[in-house]
Amino acid sequence: MAFQSLDVINRSASTSTPPQARGALEVAKLIDISKCIGCKACQSACMEWNDLRDEVGVNPGHYDNPADLTAQSWTVMRFYEEELPADKGLAWLIVKDGCLHCAEPGCLKACPAPGAIVQYANGIVDFQQDQCIGCGYCQTGCPFNIPRYSMKDQKAYKCTLCSDRVSVGLEPACVKTCPTGALAFGTKTDMKDLAGERLVELKARGFEKAALYDPSGVGGTHVLFVLPHGDPELYRLPKDPRVSPLVALWRSGVAKTLGVLTMVSVVVAGFFHYMKVGPIEVDEDHKENPS
Amino acid sequence: MTNNWVDIKNANVVLVMGGNPAEAHPCGFKWVVEAKAHNKAQLIVVDPRFTRTAAVADVFAQIRPGSDIAFLGGVIRHLLEKDAIQKDYVTSYTNAAFIVKEGYGFEDGLFSGYDEAKHAYDKSSWSYEMGADGFAKIDPTLQDPRCVYQLMKRHYARYTPKMVADVTGVPEGTFQRICEAIASTSAPDRTLTSLYALGWTQHSVGAQNIRTMGMIQLLLGNVGMPGGGVNALRGHSNIQGLTDLGLLSDLLPGYMTVPREADGDVETYLAKRTQKPIRPNQMSYWQNYPKFYVSFMKAWWGKAATKENGWAYDYLPKLDKVYDLLAVFDLMYEGKVNGYVCQGFNPLASAPNKAKLLEGLSKLKFLVSIDPLVTETSNFWQNHGDLNPVDPSKIQTEVFRLPSSCFAEEEGSLVNSGRWLQWHWKAAEPPGEGKGDPEIMAAIFNRIRTLYAKEGGAFPDPIRDLTWDYKIPDRPSAEELAREFNGKALADVPDPKDPKAPPLAKAGDQLATFAHLQDDGSTASGCWIFCGSFTQAGNQMARRDTADPSGLGVTPGWGWSWPANRRVLYNRASADPSGKPWDPKRKLVWWNGAKWVGHDVPDFKVDSKPEEGMSPFIMNPEGVGRLFALDKMAEGPFPEHYEPFESPIGANPLHPKVGPNPAARLYAKDKAQLGLPGEFPYAATTYRVVEHFHFWTKHARIPAVLQPELFIELDEALAAKKGIRSGDAVAVRSKRGRIVGKAVVTKRIKPLKIAGQEVHTVGIPIHWGFDGLTKPGYISNTLTPFVGDANTQTPEFKAFLVDVEKAAAGKV
Amino acid sequence: MSVTRRQFLQLTAAGVGSTGLVALGFSPDRVLADVRNFKLSRTAETRNTCPYCSVGCGVILYTLGDRSKNAHSAVMHVEGDPDHPVNRGTLCPKGASLLDFIQSPNRLRYPEYRAPGSDKWERVTWEWALDRIARLMKDDRDKHFVAKNAAGVTVNRWPTVGMLAASASSNESGYITHKVFRAMGGVAFDNQARV
Repeated sequence: MAFQSLDVINRSASTSTPPQARGALEVAKLIDISKCIGCKACQSACMEWNDLRDEVGVNPGHYDNPADLTAQSWTVMRFYEEELPADKGLAWLIVKDGCLHCAEPGCLKACPAPGAIVQYANGIVDFQQDQCIGCGYCQTGCPFNIPRYSMKDQKAYKCTLCSDRVSVGLEPACVKTCPTGALAFGTKTDMKDLAGERLVELKARGFEKAALYDPSGVGGTHVLFVLPHGDPELYRLPKDPRVSPLVALWRSGVAKTLGVLTMVSVVVAGFFHYMKVGPIEVDEDHKENPS
Repeated sequence: MTNNWVDIKNANVVLVMGGNPAEAHPCGFKWVVEAKAHNKAQLIVVDPRFTRTAAVADVFAQIRPGSDIAFLGGVIRHLLEKDAIQKDYVTSYTNAAFIVKEGYGFEDGLFSGYDEAKHAYDKSSWSYEMGADGFAKIDPTLQDPRCVYQLMKRHYARYTPKMVADVTGVPEGTFQRICEAIASTSAPDRTLTSLYALGWTQHSVGAQNIRTMGMIQLLLGNVGMPGGGVNALRGHSNIQGLTDLGLLSDLLPGYMTVPREADGDVETYLAKRTQKPIRPNQMSYWQNYPKFYVSFMKAWWGKAATKENGWAYDYLPKLDKVYDLLAVFDLMYEGKVNGYVCQGFNPLASAPNKAKLLEGLSKLKFLVSIDPLVTETSNFWQNHGDLNPVDPSKIQTEVFRLPSSCFAEEEGSLVNSGRWLQWHWKAAEPPGEGKGDPEIMAAIFNRIRTLYAKEGGAFPDPIRDLTWDYKIPDRPSAEELAREFNGKALADVPDPKDPKAPPLAKAGDQLATFAHLQDDGSTASGCWIFCGSFTQAGNQMARRDTADPSGLGVTPGWGWSWPANRRVLYNRASADPSGKPWDPKRKLVWWNGAKWVGHDVPDFKVDSKPEEGMSPFIMNPEGVGRLFALDKMAEGPFPEHYEPFESPIGANPLHPKVGPNPAARLYAKDKAQLGLPGEFPYAATTYRVVEHFHFWTKHARIPAVLQPELFIELDEALAAKKGIRSGDAVAVRSKRGRIVGKAVVTKRIKPLKIAGQEVHTVGIPIHWGFDGLTKPGYISNTLTPFVGDANTQTPEFKAFLVDVEKAAAGKV
Repeated sequence: MSVTRRQFLQLTAAGVGSTGLVALGFSPDRVLADVRNFKLSRTAETRNTCPYCSVGCGVILYTLGDRSKNAHSAVMHVEGDPDHPVNRGTLCPKGASLLDFIQSPNRLRYPEYRAPGSDKWERVTWEWALDRIARLMKDDRDKHFVAKNAAGVTVNRWPTVGMLAASASSNESGYITHKVFRAMGGVAFDNQARV
């Protein structure tokens, strides 16, 4: 039992207003790509802490292992070799993939199962697997292609930002372990300040376009990136991620009735889809494989 | 390391060459990232591959494997040509001014005194000109044409940027940029730290790679400075400790040496090692060798070690030659070794030329593996198809496999790269019937001792008389052993300054420092450099004070650092000859008018006044750092570029007649197993990757998930030429064998232009084998050559020749 | 506990009036949001050092049980020691998964012996294995010990049995290994300093 449960400010498939009287410090993880060596300690610590053991796979011809996020791998490092323009030479861009804990989470908005996805006052978006019905709509709702199914229990999984650790006042396992300090954790304000310091330093080193990634289309995120070369697309991050308008529509108050009807069809369709082909596969197009 | 991990944060320039700390030492590498973030440091990476370390570098240069001395020799030339050296430091603290004897010379790749038949040098001409006063002659103006400075300038004049580019493949522009960054640290208030590991040692010129860097750091005045030094990032958690404790064929604890046959009696043995100063007022600390020796012999043989028997000198074996790993496997291959004990060591995977090793192991009468894990060595007799094609019925070796505890199941101390002895505690019992290593060694020894007592046999005396006062003789405790290597007084140790004062140590007391050791048998210490680690005040290695008063990362109260809890070696050199720190912002030690004091324990005689002229390198009889190595190195007093034994280019561009290291040991049958570029056109190098530790983590699930399968890295041009795509199975062949792995085609290795020809480099990580949770894989050392460094016999894993081809699908 | 109960009630109340599955009668038994239980609240902690590379990172081993007589300690989690001056709580991917080394299915559990020509291991007792090893070593030493060289110099060495010492065992293990092997006249002695 955690010592202190986190206050829930938002839960899936629920329109009632959660209590608002109490506030909580908003937390964030900062991923500073300029300090990242791609050592996968974050992957390792994530698996160890969360008692996850993915399958031993194969080498697919590059350094990404496991090759993609899975229900057992909530974070993976992605490696991109880029020849930079203007004779700046080779860059090995290493991006830690995983949930960004959006302020306006598309997964939560899309989820039809009451309480299967919750958002805490500190900003963490958490899946409650015992409420999950395995419909796959969190994947549709997520602009970052993060949630993954477990074939063992047909439920969706993703990074919890170690909500169990944070609930007792500890930093997430990935942040604690990061050997070079590429990962940092604290209040969102502090993380933005730290990012600001890093940008000054990077610009002084010739990274004129260095930028912070905290996309407003999802209300900002609780996982932030310092991007030395600035352009999110160079790092295969969506430039302006937004929750699909369809997801917003069916979950809106105006479309409440429509929503109920949609839910019926979702449940029925989801049920038959599952009975026929198993869990919904996600379109992988926007996650390019590195060379 | 001369310095320590945290100290890296004090550097202005970090040169990573011969190592890949982001992958092999990630948590130490944080201090490089820290230096960048908070000290505006520049990170320069020179490596045959664009590694994870290079991913965060400011400058990266891809170098041909095995051409490091050409590169560093070019740096020396740059520093001397531009006079970018710290002049005062060089004249006062190095042997730049020393005059070298008439007769020393270097011509066409060979130094004076070469004996072609023996592949060895007569080194008598590699020495100083001595004066009638018994001291070496010097010319402080550095003008004498035979002074070290002038000889060095002449030697490296050949290493022009063009020559460097031609030999190493590093473009002149990049080389120039790196030289300038390095040269910037000749200013007294700037330092460069050199971080290296097996990328420098595993060459036939490994020791000279490191020496070249040592020379550069001396020229720049960076040795002894915070943020400076030459820093070996040791590979295993306690390989520093095992080396300190002398677990090598020719070493005794504390870098004393095992007697050679030629050493004769104990007086001669000691006299050779008790070096007198060869400059006025120098300390020459090895003058204390007899104190270390006698105390050591008392620790092991107690009352049986007496003045009359040379402190049991006969109990020590006398070497006819060095029995290093390669030498022993060669003897084994010849059928001259009968038994072998592998304690936490998997040589079948980690030594070169697996086929030769297999043949050797198969000729043993018995093999004992003491290990927490399954190892390929203990299973060498098992058939694993192509991965280990043997017939068990034809192997007559008796094999024992004894389960030992792992770190979590024992207490004791480990020495990290920064020479910190850190104590750890036991958390759980080993699984099943596992036992700790001390208990296993004690059990074997006690049985042998009992057999000798019962049956007699060959020279039982040193076995019979070995001190064994452990409370439970079959289970010596870590604390008892630690107390023993620290040492104790056997009789009162009087204060030499005042015999009436209370003794420095009372009989039976743990000793506080090696300064209290005696050569009269009144003290015992199993390892003099560890003396001070377990004193009357208790276990100093277990201290956990995180305070760092100077802010320089010294933490004097955390664990205990040898020697004498000193955190930066040669720290006297961080102050100028008058005793004032070179850089007021980085003060380590200084002369306060009465004695040497500071944030670190001064590496010096504390009451030696600056005007007395004692120099900082107190272990050397001349008191200064050696730019000219005298007779200490096998292949010459100045490092010279020699080609790897398997080189992708026909001849050494510097001297066509002398290709590889002329003083290296190469057995005839291994010579026949060297490949030529016609058949094996590509340069190859082996290495670790960050997800794995050597051959252990393949037995741990998470690392197996993170990097599951043997892979081979090759450049895009070579891959295109061979029709290989990422993810294909690729076969790599050397003269010694063949392995198959998955291709990783990468932009991070580029073809190089070397001496007018195109050279491709093939990268081969080492972590797989036929046992483990990872996908079964070939042992990469199937490919590597059985030849080593001329001084240390470290195998040449980092530069050899292979051919590659696409393998049939599914053949991995 | 009261916080959880309060949240439980809030969430249940919210669930009743909501759209979605609850409105359709698909109410889960228990609509409760809570984080996963923190798994280290009563584990024992032991300070140790990572056995892999020579950075010498401090680690904390978390063990099952409170070390009472009937509780068999088992390491269940490993994390960096935040006090350690070098790693300051961080660990690399190998260090962060030390648990899987300690608990590896490939740990040896009892002494085993492979007879000449055999294709299998067989389980043996410690007594038997140690007796046999001591016998083999003593017999070899008695047969091949070199007391004097050709020139008549006392050399007292035993060159025919070799020893490779561990690279990750403690100084104390290393010290006693050296003491025992050298006292027998051992010279074919090396460690993992080079490979």
